[in-house]
Amino acid sequence: MTTSDTAISIQNMTMAYGDFVIQRDLNFDIRKGEIFIIMGDSGSGKSTLLKHMIGLKRPSSGTVLYDDMDFWAASESERKLASRRFGVLYQSGALWSVMTLAENIALPLRTYTDYSEKDITDIVALKLSLVGLAGFEGFYPSEISGGMKKRAGLARAMALDPEILFFDEPSAGLDPISAKRLDDLIIELRDGLGATIAIVTHELASIFAIGDRGVFVDADAKKQTALGKIDDLRNAPPNAKVAEFLNRSAPGST
Amino acid sequence: MEAGTTIVGNILHVVLPDSQFSNSFDAAALKADAVQLIDANEIKGVKYFLADGAAWNSQSLAVINGISKIATKKGVQSDLSEMPLGVSKILALSKSAASDVATKSGPSSFNLFEALGEQVIEAWRDVKETSSFLVDASRSFGRLFTGKAQYQRSDLSLFIQATGPQALIIVGVVNLLLGVILAFMGAVQLKLFGAEIFVADLVAFGHTREIAPMMTAIVIAGRTGAAYAAQLGTMQVNEEIDALKTFGFSPMDFLVLPRMLALALMMPLLVLYADALGIFGGYLIGVYTLDFGHMQYIVQTQNSIDLTDILYGVFKGLVFGILVAVIGCKEGLSSGRDASAVGDAATKAVVNGILAIIVATAIFSVLATALGI
Ligand SMILES: Nc1ncnc2c1ncn2[C@@H]1O[C@H](COP(=O)(O)OP(=O)(O)O)[C@@H](O)[C@H]1O
Ligand SMILES: [Mg+2]
Repeated sequence: MTTSDTAISIQNMTMAYGDFVIQRDLNFDIRKGEIFIIMGDSGSGKSTLLKHMIGLKRPSSGTVLYDDMDFWAASESERKLASRRFGVLYQSGALWSVMTLAENIALPLRTYTDYSEKDITDIVALKLSLVGLAGFEGFYPSEISGGMKKRAGLARAMALDPEILFFDEPSAGLDPISAKRLDDLIIELRDGLGATIAIVTHELASIFAIGDRGVFVDADAKKQTALGKIDDLRNAPPNAKVAEFLNRSAPGST
Repeated sequence: MEAGTTIVGNILHVVLPDSQFSNSFDAAALKADAVQLIDANEIKGVKYFLADGAAWNSQSLAVINGISKIATKKGVQSDLSEMPLGVSKILALSKSAASDVATKSGPSSFNLFEALGEQVIEAWRDVKETSSFLVDASRSFGRLFTGKAQYQRSDLSLFIQATGPQALIIVGVVNLLLGVILAFMGAVQLKLFGAEIFVADLVAFGHTREIAPMMTAIVIAGRTGAAYAAQLGTMQVNEEIDALKTFGFSPMDFLVLPRMLALALMMPLLVLYADALGIFGGYLIGVYTLDFGHMQYIVQTQNSIDLTDILYGVFKGLVFGILVAVIGCKEGLSSGRDASAVGDAATKAVVNGILAIIVATAIFSVLATALGI
């Protein structure tokens, strides 16, 4: 594999809060245009891993490469510039609660582009319609449901046409229909925009429906215990815990 | 069958009463009874029954569990065949369900000196963190003047609205009453020297230089400082701050700067307003209960203070305003990520805010005396 198909490369990365190590020696690549799933039991550090990839937390050792840029070795302004290429959908949506949906999406556009107000209004309307929220411009986050918040969060994450999208448990807390809708949307976005997508999820239905490849981080071992194509991991799980996770069966039983 | 314990052959029969939500059944006594019988006799097994017409519940299960644990240790079998099927199923589940390993340590014992020491260390850490936050905030202030700070103008006017006009009533009432209190207190003492007219001096001088800035700042710490901490803490919980950062917005410029500006702009005005209300409070007492002439009180007031006194108070107000804003924002931004943490952040913002105001007042007093202001 040449570097040019790799969007993000995590190399020998150790993550810790203070002295408390969360995961050791993570090593994996996320390829351009794929939907990469980050799996693991709760508390294993999936959200923390995402924070390391989007610039919110510095690894205690190891590197995060974007194309060939060593993300954490770069200066803060370079990092900021690089992070404009990705969008993040947080677990709770994380819409700015004092702004309407339109303002939420417009803020990055106003800040980082030279578009006229009229253009921005049109772009906002387009992004909202992509996530099925056409006409919701004037609503505040507190006025819409959880599923709508996530979709609005996704619209905002796509504001600057990112090359890479990160999702933290997109379907958590959603009813099965909304969760399915979000999955479909993710696939369409990947196909339509050609974006690379990294998703933290333990929703099996989503993992099998949309995942290309994935990594499994183990809370007890504090390291990655599986990496590869989702289908391969399911058919030939490298260890009992991954088997249990992907097949919902107790270890040992079949 | 009656509740209680009996020995039949070498089998201990334990009959459980109907215990549904009543205290009439002494579970501990029944258990102790059974255990004692197991110890004292050659028991081969324990058989459990329900008393006639009795229903079972968690208490019955706990009793069975307690007895059979001890019985098992002694190699004595438990026989649940006479109990309803649900009992044996639930008991089996409680033994088989895979349990996560609980490792949480209990609350450690309280030690006064340890607690005191920890508090001192924490206070020192707070001081250091707040100072470095203040440095960051002033950098952000610098970016404001070079036009590089990104914040929303609409936010600024909103915060000004909330700290200024909306605080007028509470700040007014507090300062009017403080003027009244100061006048009364002064009158009692000054009467001893026949110098009651100096009540006007006391109120004007004391209020403009010390009381108005300090008390206004304390009111604002409780109102606005707490609000800032709660707003930013809630944003922290909602991951809104993370979202700002990933879009490349500095929380310092975007969130702290407009709040700090609003208080820095409003506090001096509030102090001027507080001066007026405090003096008016003193005037009411002077004229209506101490029977000074209307003009007499005003002239006495005019002679007692000059512009320096007023500016000194106003400047203190400005400093206090910045302190309150910075402490409120700092506590909010360093809040934990659950709802109770937001409450803690608001409390800390108020407590630390008031502490900072009082410490700063003391420093001002020392400096003012040294510089002869
Ligand atoms: N800000 C923090 N400070 C200290 N420890 C944290 C912090 N955030 C998370 N942790 C700890 O890191 C571990 C992994 O957390 P997280 O990444 O949220 O797990 P996941 O998303 O896989 O459920 C947990 O043990 C959690 O308690
Ligand atoms: Mg998580």
